[in-house]
Amino acid sequence: MKTLKLIFIIFLIFSLNYLKANETDLQNKITKNLRCLICQGQSVYDSDSDFAISLKLVVKKKINDGLSEKEIYDFLTEKYGEWILYDPKFNKNTYILWFLPLLIFLGGAIVFKKLINIKK
Amino acid sequence: MKNKIIITIVIFFFTFVFLIFYQGLNNSNIYKPSNSENKIIPKFSAYTFFENKLVKSENIFNQKKFYLLNIWASWCLPCRDEHPFIMSLKENEKLEIIGLNYKDKQKNAKSFINNYGNPYSKILLDKDGTKAIEWGAYGVPETFLIFENQIIKKYIGPLNSESISEIKSFIK
Amino acid sequence: MLSSVIGYYSLIFGSFISLVIIFFSVQNFKNSKILDSKILLFSFLQLVLVFVSFLCLIISFVNSDFSNETVFNNSHTTKPLFYKITGTWGNHEGSLLLWLLVLTLFIFIFLVKSKSQLKKYRILTVIFQQVIIIGFFTFLIKTSNPFNYLFPIPKEGLGLNPILQDPALAIHPPILYLGYVGSSIIFSSALAATTVNYINNNWASHIKSWVLTSWIFLTLGILLGSIWAYYELGWGGFWFWDPVENVSLMPWLALTTLLHCILVLEKRSLFKSWIIILSIATFALSMCGTFLVRSGILNSVHTFANDPERGLFILFFLFLLISISILIFLVFHKSDNKKLSPIFFLSKETSIVINNWFMMYFLSVVLIGTVYPIFLEAISSQKISVGPPFYNKLLIPFLIPFLIFMAIGPRLRWIKSELKDKLSLVALLIISVLFSFLIVRNFNTNYLLNSILIGSAFYLFFITVQDFFIKKNKRFSQNIAHFGFSLLILSILLNSIFSTEIITNLKVGESYIEDDLKIEFKDLDKENKKNYISFTGTFYIKDKSSNNILNPELRIYNQPNIITSEADIKITLMQDNFITINSVKNEDYFNVRYLVKPFMLWIWISVLLVSLGGLISLFNKKYEK
Repeated sequence: MKTLKLIFIIFLIFSLNYLKANETDLQNKITKNLRCLICQGQSVYDSDSDFAISLKLVVKKKINDGLSEKEIYDFLTEKYGEWILYDPKFNKNTYILWFLPLLIFLGGAIVFKKLINIKK
Repeated sequence: MKNKIIITIVIFFFTFVFLIFYQGLNNSNIYKPSNSENKIIPKFSAYTFFENKLVKSENIFNQKKFYLLNIWASWCLPCRDEHPFIMSLKENEKLEIIGLNYKDKQKNAKSFINNYGNPYSKILLDKDGTKAIEWGAYGVPETFLIFENQIIKKYIGPLNSESISEIKSFIK
Repeated sequence: MLSSVIGYYSLIFGSFISLVIIFFSVQNFKNSKILDSKILLFSFLQLVLVFVSFLCLIISFVNSDFSNETVFNNSHTTKPLFYKITGTWGNHEGSLLLWLLVLTLFIFIFLVKSKSQLKKYRILTVIFQQVIIIGFFTFLIKTSNPFNYLFPIPKEGLGLNPILQDPALAIHPPILYLGYVGSSIIFSSALAATTVNYINNNWASHIKSWVLTSWIFLTLGILLGSIWAYYELGWGGFWFWDPVENVSLMPWLALTTLLHCILVLEKRSLFKSWIIILSIATFALSMCGTFLVRSGILNSVHTFANDPERGLFILFFLFLLISISILIFLVFHKSDNKKLSPIFFLSKETSIVINNWFMMYFLSVVLIGTVYPIFLEAISSQKISVGPPFYNKLLIPFLIPFLIFMAIGPRLRWIKSELKDKLSLVALLIISVLFSFLIVRNFNTNYLLNSILIGSAFYLFFITVQDFFIKKNKRFSQNIAHFGFSLLILSILLNSIFSTEIITNLKVGESYIEDDLKIEFKDLDKENKKNYISFTGTFYIKDKSSNNILNPELRIYNQPNIITSEADIKITLMQDNFITINSVKNEDYFNVRYLVKPFMLWIWISVLLVSLGGLISLFNKKYEK
């Protein structure tokens, strides 16, 4: 039970991970999370293709226009589909993706409890 | 009994995985955005190629007729291949062809137009490639068929005789 | 010409020998007490034939014999000799031939090395291994024959992708394959041992050497791939959670789990079924990796030529093997349902169960992240990407308890033990976290999480250092491997937090100045090399503490016509200074990327330490007992 609590707390810490960052940091963060459509194994941040260079400019422009990170992702997924995001959105398509590993971990906990004689 | 259930589950699981992988083999592994149709066209403003005036998209696609937006560049080889096809659409009165010149040098673009002809009623400039992204394009050439501010059809890559006849059947 | 013919026919003969070996094995299985020496003889003959075949392919590559289709597709006369040779296994056909070579080599070594084991077990292992070998022979000859004849003979070949013309990548595949194929021996051996009910302490210590061997090679193979990606792909990363990397990580995770489990079986007869499942899973994951990479079902930075027919073959073969192994497991394995000897909470067994629990979780994250897009597309034709943020979110929080258990676990003894000095253990943990907090607090990242994370890595680091000085430390190999792992996690974490990066556009003669840093683009030299034109930039880089001259390079290869960017890296003990240049279309400036990456060297060193731990354990068995 203790480990569970610990994990829960750690997740909370993660979800609070939105500290202020200046604009270039935000731009880098966003472009690192975008997959380049030209060289399909790279992030836009890492790529030097024409598409990536322009996309970096677009992201910069959108940040200057005052769009939030989420709004920029929404804008781009509307244009290019969810494929462009490296960080898959949490929706009905990805429930299994996010939860299955955690379920497996909990399953492991049950096996652990059965195997080990906790009473001394 | 318990054993039998486990066996059945295991068999089902592996058959399922097998089928999925089998299916996956037939899918292409190169991603292309879906030909998202019936989307509203983006709003933007751009400089024109010859007059170098700033125009707004609302003033370009404002009539009740078909528009064809073609993203092209002089350095792009497939653009050269598709150019004659676009030229063949030039005389069609129900269709207005707009060019979006993508990341090009003005000089090269001009000689391209002089050599291969100018099918465009207007050419807009996209020096840094950001307007193409507003359109959801990711390379050159890409072509959009537009009617009443909606994208009816999107062509990724060069147009060919097939796509030309499709366009013609749309605007009939 | 001639070499292709010889190569092809020795391959055909080699495949027939498999049948001969199986025939003798079946005959020998019941008849006599000792292993028929013919089996050994024919295994050796098969090894020689496959080796001859492989040699013939190398000769064809060296001679640029373009009547051979594989050579034509992957070589070129202007390529340096070294890359002509390594080009042999840089392509699909050649790499499979190499795989086959290692398969035959390993079963021969297995036969030589397992003389003290049960005869029936040895013969069954040979049979299972020969089934795999036949599968690979068929795959090679049917779908990817390396000796296809081309007529008319082309004058020039198509060339090898320049990013693959690299020393680290030249030895990366063979080493990785040694790891993968080693897992095939574990697989066959586990099935054989199940069939004759031979899963016991004796078997555990015997198979442990194979687990260790393939584990070491797999570790080194992954390391080489990472080093290559770091300096060649040109953006300074070393791990991208790319599918092709993930498929090499998955067998590694399974193998690491197996390695720890084998230790338990060696000491106490526990987890037998689990060990069999793990042995099967390790090999299945290796094969699955081959399938995912070679079939082109996934796309990645590492491009391979692909062909659906090949994918289909591997898929069928993979599922055939899995079905056979499940069948054998269900029919022959008798789970010892009698009274299990209890596992007490404070014992080494518990710590290994925890290790297995977490490792399986990590494995499931990587596995699900890698194959989920395939499933989603097949079911709902939606395409998504699963990238680094997914893995970071799901793995990093679990790393914290994992590291702490990893520090305490080895201090416990078998069966039942007590944790001495509880107070000092807790105190050290608190000190580690506070210490880390002091390190990270000046950075506007998430310092609470980072200090706990780095703190737990430091905790493992301090404990393992302390363990080195404890008298009568019997497990030096384990200690050094865990120490290496703590160093690895620390270097990766500190590297990711303290890396700085500057991306700018510069023309020759211009400078970039920010605070204390000045990057001056002095010069650009052009030079014609054998198979490429080189543009080398000269950069003067001045910062607070140092002056460096770096020479990144752009290479324009002639065959095939590809531009590559070669980073120049100044490696020091504490940090790497990394610079690359890239040309930009229609512009006369260059895109310059300058990175300062602290502790990079330590990432490589720590992985070497981890594998050194394995090596010591392999050669030092008596000492460990």
